[in-house]
Amino acid sequence: MIRNGPLALVFHALFIGFIVAPLLIVCVVAFTPLGYISIPTDSLSLRWFAAILDNPRFISAFWLSLALGLVSSVLAIALAVPAALAIARFRFAGRDAISAFLLSPLMIPHIVLGVAFLRFFSAININGTFSGLVVGHVIVILPFALRLVLSSATGMDPAVERAAVSLGAGRLTVFRRITLPLILPGIVSGWLLAFITSFDELTMSVFIASPSTTTLPVRMFLHIQDTIDPLVAAVSALMIAGTAVLMLVLDRLVGLERLFVGKGRH
Amino acid sequence: MASRRGAAYWLSAPALAVYAVFLVVPIASIALLSFQNFEFYGGIQPGITLKNYREVLTDSYYWEVFGRTFFIAVVVTVLCATLGTFEAIVLHRMANPWKSVFLLVVLGPLLISVVVRTLGWALLFGSTGLVNKALLALGLVAEPIAFMYSVTGVVIALTHVLVPFVVISVWASLQRIDPAVERAAVSLGAGQPTVFRRVIVPLAMPGILSGSVIVFALAASAFATPAIIGGRRLKVIATAAYDEFLNTLNWPLGASLAVLLLLANVVVLYASNRLIERRYRAVFRESVA
Repeated sequence: MIRNGPLALVFHALFIGFIVAPLLIVCVVAFTPLGYISIPTDSLSLRWFAAILDNPRFISAFWLSLALGLVSSVLAIALAVPAALAIARFRFAGRDAISAFLLSPLMIPHIVLGVAFLRFFSAININGTFSGLVVGHVIVILPFALRLVLSSATGMDPAVERAAVSLGAGRLTVFRRITLPLILPGIVSGWLLAFITSFDELTMSVFIASPSTTTLPVRMFLHIQDTIDPLVAAVSALMIAGTAVLMLVLDRLVGLERLFVGKGRH
Repeated sequence: MASRRGAAYWLSAPALAVYAVFLVVPIASIALLSFQNFEFYGGIQPGITLKNYREVLTDSYYWEVFGRTFFIAVVVTVLCATLGTFEAIVLHRMANPWKSVFLLVVLGPLLISVVVRTLGWALLFGSTGLVNKALLALGLVAEPIAFMYSVTGVVIALTHVLVPFVVISVWASLQRIDPAVERAAVSLGAGQPTVFRRVIVPLAMPGILSGSVIVFALAASAFATPAIIGGRRLKVIATAAYDEFLNTLNWPLGASLAVLLLLANVVVLYASNRLIERRYRAVFRESVA
């Protein structure tokens, strides 16, 4: 294989710098000892991390986002797994249409979903409620879960299931002992990606959140619209750290590139 | 086999039912809303009218917003396609462990909230002014550049947010290239630039195109980055629709903006998918989401 020349490596260094710089500055500023945005020069301080604890609005937004992410990702997986098995296993009329339909939210801008949910949820009186947020998030994250479950379900050999049946296993046993363990990596990674997507979602949530059901990204967005201070940098730094941990888990589990390309047919 | 085929419908039924109620109905209702009239004192009126579309498509304010959105999306797409392709090729040529480490560094930010990534740029451009300090120190500019509340700032931050999509899709198509092809070209006397231009770029083209399409669609409908870096005056379609819904409260007008954005998005994604698939059927199967 051809190796990278010096010019390519210089480009690479600049590119990585470009990618890392904004994340790095957030983490650096979060440790400032001063009362305003500044780069700490002589000493580091944890005062802004401590300040988060005194800020109930961020704390409650965090718990809400966590609960929302857990509930909606579990629901999304519960809907995605049977659908993925149907699409992966059976050849039936409308199969391609169903698969395209279930992936279609990926093609709809979140701003459009946001206004559509705002309109619809107001009409049925669930706007600004936790249930409303859950419904909206399930629609947004289901395609991500579906793609990953689908890729592990299409990757498995149906002969294994037939073998189990021929050995006398019932339908439930086959599912529990054969199918489920084989597609488990897809389920776990699909669930994690769905959770992260829900936890990070802003554009749709900003329309259907109310002051009492504000998610963490929405709270941060509203805060930044108002003022940019070290407090929001500290919250962001914690989010970066949390995401980094989840990312390493996901990378171990499936490999990040497979996660994003979203298929496993090779 | 009939009962097994029936099982396929039963298995997908729950997801389809949820979509029918909570996706199709809301989208249909927003489409309907875009044809309704809004009175400042009476709210949303019954009856069908094209008034909102007429207003949006004749008002120079909205044309400016459309133009700005389109311009930003095009520039961001070109930047992401260029930078992302080069980076994917560099990554492809690296050896492990560096390859996996840098792949993680480049793709990882996709999992971090856009609010956080945009905040980073707001800090670099605005409060700390680090970018300008660096540019001045390097002697690249004589005067500080206004990045905050400018199209330039929005373009840079959006490029940062979206470039991983090109890297990942180009990287995926590079994975399918047989390394022997490159070696064959070299053994036949091709220099590095020729291999790049005649072998790598054509083979990576489906990935470059599909990545660019995704970036264009996401850039054209981006909300958080233009809202934070662009500020209140520099409107794009998404932030203008946000205003209509949550500030002016003219929902029908906002709905017409949303419908136009959705239509443009679907047309661009669908048409380009068809085009790319037809041209590159052999090398490229189903990777555009």
